[in-house]
Amino acid sequence: MVIYGVGLLAFCYLTGMYIGDVLGALLGVKANIGGVGFAMLFLILLSNKGIDAGWLDKKSQEGIAFWAAMYIPIVVAMSSIQNVAAAVSGGIVAFLGGLLGSALAFLLIPVLSSFAKK
Amino acid sequence: MNFGAMFGKVLMSNGLITAFVIIAITNLIAYKLAGLSKGRIHGSAVAILFGLVLAYIGGGSKGIATIPLFAGIGMMGGAMFRDFAIVSTAFGADLREIKKVGIVGVLSLVFGLITSWIAGVVVAFALGYRSSVDLVTIGAGVATFVVGPVTGAALGASSEVIAISIAAGVVKSLAVMIFTPFVAKPLGINNPQSAMVFGGLAGTTSGTAAGMAAVDPKLVPYAAMTATFYTGSGCLTFPSIFYFLTRAIFG
Repeated sequence: MVIYGVGLLAFCYLTGMYIGDVLGALLGVKANIGGVGFAMLFLILLSNKGIDAGWLDKKSQEGIAFWAAMYIPIVVAMSSIQNVAAAVSGGIVAFLGGLLGSALAFLLIPVLSSFAKK
Repeated sequence: MNFGAMFGKVLMSNGLITAFVIIAITNLIAYKLAGLSKGRIHGSAVAILFGLVLAYIGGGSKGIATIPLFAGIGMMGGAMFRDFAIVSTAFGADLREIKKVGIVGVLSLVFGLITSWIAGVVVAFALGYRSSVDLVTIGAGVATFVVGPVTGAALGASSEVIAISIAAGVVKSLAVMIFTPFVAKPLGINNPQSAMVFGGLAGTTSGTAAGMAAVDPKLVPYAAMTATFYTGSGCLTFPSIFYFLTRAIFG
């Protein structure tokens, strides 16, 4: 059933968020430390296990796949509710940061590729 | 009877559903426009740009959701749905594929995250940002337009800084889409191994997929294989390791 997949996803999400909060409290910062990342790790492990063992069938997988397909639309919605009017003055930071980031990534490609050949 | 007011009332009392329609239309227009570039530019980047434009039109601190008629978009794009959808993208990552990525894939991921952090922090610091939370959020935004807001929300950054981080990620994604076809040859991106390195370093899934498709469609899965793990690793490391690193340097 589709809801089994949604339920598994929700379980991973809540567990990850909890660990993120606990980790933040342990490290003395008022923040969720890596909760989304932990949740993703759980989902990879559990969904792989579920598919191999057979309890996560095609229908259940659709329950997770639906949310994955909603990811870009939700990111679009998220972009549309930011304080962009106030951020326009900082637009140059975004522009330069993005360009510098891609330039550095490009420059390292030959370095790491040659390492790969060895 | 005032049919207009009645329609407005239906939209307002069904905010989240209204949001689905508006975002669907925004995506439709964006993907159609991106289609004109014949695969050069991915629709997702155009759609996110449109989202930022909508936020600008909305004008207030909550972007388009400042307008009561569109308040439902605030729920659709809020932290809960956002993080839930991001987590779901980890589904489909095959453990066997992860093992195939190997040491070079991991190294390229690590270097990809470090260079994003450096680029974001250096530029933000040079232009006057001083708080570690702001610096690391902008650095996370350079990583991808998702790692930025996730990091910013986790650390309590302002919506203004989060908007900058999203924009930085979109700029990188577009730069990768546009420049990859031109630099692929001199940089030697012509085999599965270098495509994997490219995916790990550049990180933006839409950027690498669109950029790589323009070079050699057969290499897209290799680039995507490493790029898929980029956002997840970023969401794990930016609010933690990179935040502590930033705080250690800038106090």
